[in-house]
Amino acid sequence: MSTTDHVHDLGMPTSNPIDAAIAASVSTQGEKQTALKAKDFKTDQEVRWCPGCGDYVILNAVQSFLPSLGIAREDMVIVSGIGCSSRFPYYMNTYGMHSIHGRAPAIATGLAVSRPDLSVWVVTGDGDSLSIGGNHLIHALRRNVNITILLFNNRIYGLTKGQYSPTSEVGKVTKSTPMGSLDHPFNPVSLAIGAEATFVGRAMDSDRKGLTDVLRQAAEHQGTALVEIYQNCNIFNDGAFDLLKDPTTGTQWSIPLVHGEPLVFGPDGAACVVRDDFGGLRIAETNQVDASQIVVHDAHREDSSYAYALSRLSSQDLRYTPMGVFRSVQKATYDRMMAEQLDVAAAQGSDDLDAILGGNDTWTVSA
Amino acid sequence: MTATDPAVTAGSSAPGGFVKSVVELDRVVIRLAGDSGDGMQLTGNRFTSETASFGNDLSTLPNFPAEIRAPTGTLPGVSSFQLHFADHDIMTPGDAPDVLVAMNPAALKANLADLPGGGLLIVDSDEFTPRNLAKVGYAANPLEDGSLESWQTVSVPLTSMTLDALADSGLGKKEAERSKNMFTLGLLSWMYHRPTEGTVRFLERQFRRKPEIAAANIAAFRAGYNYGETTEAFAVSYEIKPAPMAPGKYRNISGNQALSLGLVAAAKRSGLPLFLGAYPITPASDILHELSKHKAFGIRTFQAEDEIAGIASAIGASFGGALGVTTTSGPGVSLKSEALALAIMTELPLIVVDVQRGGPSTGLPTKTEQSDLLQAMFGRNGEAPLAVIAPRSPGDCFDAAIEAARIAITYRTPVMLLSDGYLANGAEPWAVPAAEDLPDLTGTVDFATEPNGEDGEFLPYLRDPETLARPWAIPGTAGMQHRIGGLEKADRTGNISYDPENHDFMTRTRQAKIDGIAASIGPTDVDDPTGDAKVAVIGWGSTYGPIGAGVRRVRRSGRQVAQIHLRHLNPFPADLGEVLARYDRVICPEMNLGQLALLLRAKYLVDVQSHTQVRGLPFRAAELAAVIQDVIDSTSGAPLAADPTGGGE
Repeated sequence: MSTTDHVHDLGMPTSNPIDAAIAASVSTQGEKQTALKAKDFKTDQEVRWCPGCGDYVILNAVQSFLPSLGIAREDMVIVSGIGCSSRFPYYMNTYGMHSIHGRAPAIATGLAVSRPDLSVWVVTGDGDSLSIGGNHLIHALRRNVNITILLFNNRIYGLTKGQYSPTSEVGKVTKSTPMGSLDHPFNPVSLAIGAEATFVGRAMDSDRKGLTDVLRQAAEHQGTALVEIYQNCNIFNDGAFDLLKDPTTGTQWSIPLVHGEPLVFGPDGAACVVRDDFGGLRIAETNQVDASQIVVHDAHREDSSYAYALSRLSSQDLRYTPMGVFRSVQKATYDRMMAEQLDVAAAQGSDDLDAILGGNDTWTVSA
Repeated sequence: MTATDPAVTAGSSAPGGFVKSVVELDRVVIRLAGDSGDGMQLTGNRFTSETASFGNDLSTLPNFPAEIRAPTGTLPGVSSFQLHFADHDIMTPGDAPDVLVAMNPAALKANLADLPGGGLLIVDSDEFTPRNLAKVGYAANPLEDGSLESWQTVSVPLTSMTLDALADSGLGKKEAERSKNMFTLGLLSWMYHRPTEGTVRFLERQFRRKPEIAAANIAAFRAGYNYGETTEAFAVSYEIKPAPMAPGKYRNISGNQALSLGLVAAAKRSGLPLFLGAYPITPASDILHELSKHKAFGIRTFQAEDEIAGIASAIGASFGGALGVTTTSGPGVSLKSEALALAIMTELPLIVVDVQRGGPSTGLPTKTEQSDLLQAMFGRNGEAPLAVIAPRSPGDCFDAAIEAARIAITYRTPVMLLSDGYLANGAEPWAVPAAEDLPDLTGTVDFATEPNGEDGEFLPYLRDPETLARPWAIPGTAGMQHRIGGLEKADRTGNISYDPENHDFMTRTRQAKIDGIAASIGPTDVDDPTGDAKVAVIGWGSTYGPIGAGVRRVRRSGRQVAQIHLRHLNPFPADLGEVLARYDRVICPEMNLGQLALLLRAKYLVDVQSHTQVRGLPFRAAELAAVIQDVIDSTSGAPLAADPTGGGE
């Protein structure tokens, strides 16, 4: 490598080959480009989702809002698992890895921990992250590694052609459950909050504005951010979210979460959220309660029981579904704390290889 | 005793007035056995350190149950530590002990059969209570019923003497009793003229926050030493002179320690940051522990939620330009299989350390075996070749780790490093290398920084014509954005490809890349001093010591035998087939049911004779010598026809 000169040009006092490679590329390709447009994030690969799939809408939304984050394409990495949504990295002109089923959070963790300079994203689905990869998801969340996880929830297995998923409603009739599914679904937001997540949001694929808003907050969050995106599979589970998408019923059954605003929703603000008698939350008719009883949304509450209670308002048929950012709190990130431990160790110890090879107890044989 | 010429070299007058003699020996094998709570491993390690610093050559065999504290005083709870030390270079921990120290009836019962008649047996008589005897099924006390007459039995009240020595320590009985291992160590240290300062320093360091415990242990240690000096029970002490070793600096090192340091050295000598993703598993966890101490080297250790996350995180780190490592044992490798194949498909550098143990399933977690060779070779879906190497001794784990890094980085491939429980926990003196003399790996690190395509595009699967490695372009490098993954990739572009010709080509190319590593590893290392041996014995991994010791015996008997020991198991050295063809008979001892033998037979059509055992313990040199000798004696120089028994034992 003939990169050492470039390193000095940039005043980077290091012989680390990673920094050297980055510096070399910058010196030949020009400074890092952060003034980008949506098309800059597109690749030459043909997008191969089924026509009408909700994934297209999400891809467009992500490509459109990314330029506003000011992250260079080469500094962004998208890691995915297996499933329809996991083809996402191929369509993004960033670094990417389409890995194996369920393991994307673990791969992203290794990358984010060893390269805190990168913006690391995980794209996953309900089967990928909640079934086969459930373990990695909860541990990524509790560690608070600096990664952003987009969980495309279509409540079905699409790529394997239509088996019920861990978010399918009880009684779901599919090829593998002709008499109806028996197991209770996960509520991904409840699960994430239970796993000590510091950022949890939910958005709808077709709601460009709401989706972009949640994605932006997630991207700016330091730590693990989980965004559940309701995504329509028009082949195997079409209309799964129609209750929330329909202009009439959508207003009735979605609860928009806006930090600092009272939780009032429904036609003419007829419904609201108040505290119940057991430390949780319940739905009430706005005209039946005193205005002071209506809960004002606070996404920054340290104690997660409020956000958890919010997530429990919805039923599996999607009535009373809060949409937006449930929880966004600041906590030290795993990658940063590890970097700090390395700094402390470097300041207190040395990296003298001879010293550790010898250890504490040596003897010398003389000639 | 195994002394060739036990010679009384000196006499000294003990304080009691009787004369104590000193006998010179050339080597001794001591086995310490007790309950898992008795601290036998610690005692053994301390005795080993004393012995190492004295300058003897040595080899150790810790042997302990998987249970942390099996019921006290029972046979399953017995833990032992065998140490072989000598005034010359030795290769094994010894076939059988010359001296057995049994801390309780269970330890006696579990180990007595291994002590040859006439051997020295030291027992803690305090522990031979009716209750303890009954626990292990002794109807009568063997110390009293004459059943130990074939051995030189010395019955010592180790527990009560420890309690006496600590009467003024302020410790309770239970706590004071725990120092009986140090009393025993003191006694042995006197018997074998071991230096004691190291142990005193160690105890002070170990218990620096509990000075009263440190003081008690040191007092017990000294009391044991003084007891040896004054008692009439031991009239003889033994001297084993330092072994002649090449000049230089030495330390005592276990395989797991050496392997860890090898990884640190590989990182330092390549300039790459080391990332270890690991899930705790016996007997590999000590590598995680050791590497976690070396954060000052920029080493990141990540205790993952499971084995899969261990390797997955390492793959992520490698994608980012780190030297990704994951450490585990056999069952962990099974869990990592799918991710290993991802690393093969994405062609990223990765080191997978498998410290093998008895299998299948949970098997024998604390016992050694080398039965993961075929899993390492083939244990994945699809045609999924990777490099496989193995260390031959505890100290050699250091060099093997550096070699694994060289291959992984140069060829952008996972490398499986097959250590085992015996190497991991066994120890030997190690000539400390100078950092500057270690291989310089900076040349192997060659991150791609410029597009390589004719039209200014980056082609992530355009290979180096010599190594067939694909470019390693790390995130953060401008203009090199690309996507990799587990789906089949088109040659050059790395785009998803389901094209039949492309898959055939890529499958063969991945294989050719691994096969091509042979060009970088040199010819087979053959030890055939006279050059006219008709029989060769071939092995891999930790059998090096026992095979080498067996070969020495055979040669001492006037017979010729060649020894071949493989570091590289995939690919094999390029000339291995030719080398094997030179011999009329080839014997392959393995601690499995013939896995290397299967590979050699398949690849070279050589009638390899497999000799196997899976007892969770290393081979005995004498047994291997007998096997080799039989083959030599039955070979009259002419190649035998194919063995009708299929090469079995």
